Amino acid sequence: MTSNTMEATAASAVRSRRDAPPRPGGGARLVRRRQRWGWLFVAPFAIVFAIFLVLPLGYAFGMSLFTSTLATGTEFTGVANYVKAFTDPLFLEGMLRVLAYAVVMIPAQLLVALVAALVLDTLATRVSKLSRLLIFVPYAIPVVIGALMWSFLYSPRFGPAATIFSMVGLDAPNFLAADSIFGSLVNIVTWQWAGYYMIVIYAALRSIDPTIYEAARIDGANGWQTATRIKLPMISSSMVMVITFALIGTLQFFTEPVVLRSVAQGAIDAAYTPNMYAFSLAFSYSQFNYASAIAFSLGALVFAGSTVFLFLTRKQSGLK
Amino acid sequence: MSSTTSTRATAPTDHTVATGVPAHAPRRDDRGRSGGRRIGSHVFLIILAIYFITPLWWLIVAATKSNSGLFTGTGGPLWFDDQFAFFDNIAGLFTHQGGVYWRWFANSFLYAFAGGAGATILAILAGYGFAKYRFRGRGPFFTIVLASVMVPLTALVIPTFMLLSQMGLINTPWAVILPSLLNPFGVYLMRVYAQDAVPDELLEAARIDGAGELRTFAQVALPLLKPAIVTVLLLSVVGTWNNFFLPLAVLTDPELLPVTLGLNRWTALSNAGAGGEQVWNLITTGSFISIIPLILSFLFLQRYWQGGLAIGSVK
Repeated sequence: MTSNTMEATAASAVRSRRDAPPRPGGGARLVRRRQRWGWLFVAPFAIVFAIFLVLPLGYAFGMSLFTSTLATGTEFTGVANYVKAFTDPLFLEGMLRVLAYAVVMIPAQLLVALVAALVLDTLATRVSKLSRLLIFVPYAIPVVIGALMWSFLYSPRFGPAATIFSMVGLDAPNFLAADSIFGSLVNIVTWQWAGYYMIVIYAALRSIDPTIYEAARIDGANGWQTATRIKLPMISSSMVMVITFALIGTLQFFTEPVVLRSVAQGAIDAAYTPNMYAFSLAFSYSQFNYASAIAFSLGALVFAGSTVFLFLTRKQSGLK
Repeated sequence: MSSTTSTRATAPTDHTVATGVPAHAPRRDDRGRSGGRRIGSHVFLIILAIYFITPLWWLIVAATKSNSGLFTGTGGPLWFDDQFAFFDNIAGLFTHQGGVYWRWFANSFLYAFAGGAGATILAILAGYGFAKYRFRGRGPFFTIVLASVMVPLTALVIPTFMLLSQMGLINTPWAVILPSLLNPFGVYLMRVYAQDAVPDELLEAARIDGAGELRTFAQVALPLLKPAIVTVLLLSVVGTWNNFFLPLAVLTDPELLPVTLGLNRWTALSNAGAGGEQVWNLITTGSFISIIPLILSFLFLQRYWQGGLAIGSVK
């Protein structure tokens, strides 16, 4: 994305240079004065950006360098909180757990979204339009409500699972047990987000120039070859965007496990994900300094992870 | 009669134009595609649609059941009961805890629209500024904004909580609304869209005609940005409506909760077991009512966001 900006900036620089020469000297000064309007347009956002992004980040970092105890009061302890965090089994386990979620959940969502979008792209019937809308609907449902709905569906008391499984003569699995909660959460997140990703991918597919398919067809390409050798490479920049968002979202995993915790207490503990751990440190134990260190570490890891991912995929995304 | 015919005749064209998706009519008739595969594709789509819609169907059915009907209903979890308790449940929402549910509902609206509309206005202004002016520091600042898209917003919640508590804003609506104004991705979308959708020549012409910068923006640029505005507004409203971590941290007063947190609280209480607190029927009905506004907005604004969501990903 960064170099994309630079390209755009370079392009606009070229444009303004081309515009500039015909003007008399006074006009150029006028143009320069006009450009200051840019700051006025950007200023309101810049203020919010400074107060609610830069300031909290700086504050969290500052807080994380201190330690506050009842006995000694608040004292500067440097990186001690970070040393503690990266040797704290609760934080490390949470980090590994969200990584495991990323490895399973992102491909699951992406596969559903991609296949659905590719199928939709070849059809233009009423059924396909309606299914497109129905697949997207979960995105319009708040995550908390989605998780609540699934917690009801998983529940042995309310859910349809018992009925469905007894039809084929089986006992329903307990979706909320410790060894099945992972899959249950993957299912909730896939259900919630796959439709949104599908719409993004579908929109990208629709923007491909159809004459390319015509050419491919004349060259004898079948549907599978068209999909894998033409469509996929041409939508790779949307795929990179979708994966980046999914990655950032998954590593901050919070809402779904918190909601499910009240029905699956044994399976989800208070430090299930790093965000849940930071939350309980801050609001149950008032350890704001250590919680800041955890939050800042998580933020830095997510930022580094998505930057590395964008760097590795710079060819596919066309961002070079 | 004739008007019906003409509406029907123009409808498909309208649809294509409105979605902003080019019509590939010749490709869409599926020449050379066997009927079997078409049926296969449809079956696949219908199965997917059933998976995605089943929880919603369950919720609709559950909203019509009484508290005991949810456990021992005659129709099973996926079909209606003999007893239709939907209106009783709605009445229950008005009486349980003094009708606090509707208070939550109004709070959600306030937070989502104040936060969402505010974030959208900031994004429109900033996106236009970045796209159409070459002011000093533009490049570096935009790069920082782009990089900030990758900062997980939940990492900001704890320090934001501490800052807001120093300002004395904890347990006020401002604690949710002000941080929700931050939407760097919206700025990015708006900039990318404005870059192409608002031609420089048009702005130049307006200036030559003597329009000031603000007037040029409001009368020339703003109408051209409409699809991006709807998209960013929907994304910001959904973002605020969905936000769970922030209100969970900054609001403890039950009167101020958004509906999502309120329902989660009822569920936690009901699961904890105390007999009088078990209001499953109110939770299902309340959840059902709370999702209607957003689903309706998405349905009615379809033609804008379906094209709009691709902004920034299509090159």
